[in-house]
Amino acid sequence: MNEWAYTAAFFIFAAVTVASAVGVVTKNDLVHSSLLLALCFVGVSGLYVLLQADFLAAVQLLVYNGAIAIVFVLGTMLTRRSIRHGTNHSEADAPSRLIGLISGLFVAVTLGVIATTPWNYSSAGAVQDTPAVLGRLILTDYMIAMEVAAVLLLAAMIGAIVLAKGVDEE
Amino acid sequence: MQEVTGLYVIAEMLRDILGHYLPAQYVDISMSLINIGVIFGIISMTAVVLVYGERKVSAFMQSRSGPNRVGPYGLLQTIADMFKLMSKEDIMPAGADKWMWILAPMILFIPAAAAYAVFPFDNQAVFADLNIGIFYFIAVSSQAVLPFLMAGWASNNKYALIGGMRTVAQMLSYEVPMVLSILGVVMMVGSMRMSDIVAAQQNVWFIVLQPIAFVVYVITATAEINRAPFDLVEGESEIVAGPFTEYTGMRFALFFLAEYANLFAVSAIATTLFLGGWHGPWLPGWVWFFLKVAGMVFLFMWFRWTFPRLRIDQLMALGWKVLLPLALVNVVITGVGMYIYQLLS
Repeated sequence: MNEWAYTAAFFIFAAVTVASAVGVVTKNDLVHSSLLLALCFVGVSGLYVLLQADFLAAVQLLVYNGAIAIVFVLGTMLTRRSIRHGTNHSEADAPSRLIGLISGLFVAVTLGVIATTPWNYSSAGAVQDTPAVLGRLILTDYMIAMEVAAVLLLAAMIGAIVLAKGVDEE
Repeated sequence: MQEVTGLYVIAEMLRDILGHYLPAQYVDISMSLINIGVIFGIISMTAVVLVYGERKVSAFMQSRSGPNRVGPYGLLQTIADMFKLMSKEDIMPAGADKWMWILAPMILFIPAAAAYAVFPFDNQAVFADLNIGIFYFIAVSSQAVLPFLMAGWASNNKYALIGGMRTVAQMLSYEVPMVLSILGVVMMVGSMRMSDIVAAQQNVWFIVLQPIAFVVYVITATAEINRAPFDLVEGESEIVAGPFTEYTGMRFALFFLAEYANLFAVSAIATTLFLGGWHGPWLPGWVWFFLKVAGMVFLFMWFRWTFPRLRIDQLMALGWKVLLPLALVNVVITGVGMYIYQLLS
């Protein structure tokens, strides 16, 4: 019973993720694409929940879906409303075919690697209290990685502030 | 073993009764369904009660009598309003983006309802006692931004779109100090699980130990649920009604259902984090919980009817230049205080 529900949930979340990801690429409207991307992230966070990574799922919702609102705003502000139903063209010309071919190859190679890798299955159970373990790891073993990411984000933030303030004409 | 009281006893009784008729696994499933049903009941009841309460409180603040014609003390006014909204014509604007316009109010209700899963109504009466409890609440309630933006954009109306843009600016910038103010409490408890947070307040409520965090939380929560003095999203004197401008009838009512569900939700979180949750003498836990939530709701209504609305630039300045540094200072003070406390004890 439990196993059955788990499998059903997995396929529902996977279907939502893949279907909305396809929609992101094929929709003609930039706003629709960004909203479908939000749905895709919700599906991914559902998969994280099934993998018992609940902290990661919440982070996925908070950070990625929070950013979707920004994508949405930029999408509306940087495109003209009169042509809103053509803001995300997928043209049938050479560059997009080439990109399609490359992505198709990437998917094929990834699937091949997944199919041929001999996987090691860990018998250890999932960690119950993830936030505490994550916090300890981030502040000990992965301290440098976290600091690098923090400095990078700080630099990006300062850059954004400088750009938004504009140039002093004097 | 802790003595169990209140709602948990009722749940155990129900479980016993069901156990006579159903196999064990179906008892669990039906108990979850009952819990979900009760939570939805609470949400719809709060909307009905809070709309009436809001009108009575506003009348009290303005020396009027408020609704007093439909039923005793006007108690049935909200029911009458509901029938009025249901019977109204459903008008869709001509240039609207049909599916987005229809979906927006429905999607808005999902995060509002999902947040209720982690509220500890009483001792052991919490639907899902997640180990990331309060973080789950933050993540889920932050999803309320997108439906507002969807509604604003799909309505094909400039006031609605401006309202949607304001939602993004306001809700995203007030989320940061809100999370940092909650962090102070989480640091002291050392856990994000709601039941642990309540258990840590058995002797001292966190409003005593974290007064700055409480003030920052209350201000940012008012902004998060778009209530006056931060109701720029729907500021009627500037942009008609913001994202709700083009909605009528039940669709309009859904926005209000979500707003009052959110009002109850932030009050419940304030109760859990700062006012000791269901802890209290003499009365059963859930009575204390609802009394404290009612107190918080009254505080939010008091704000709404006594403060004038801010301007959008004042709002952003308050959020980034006052509340965010204050919340950061609170985190530092909490950290230093905990270190000193550990040295002394």
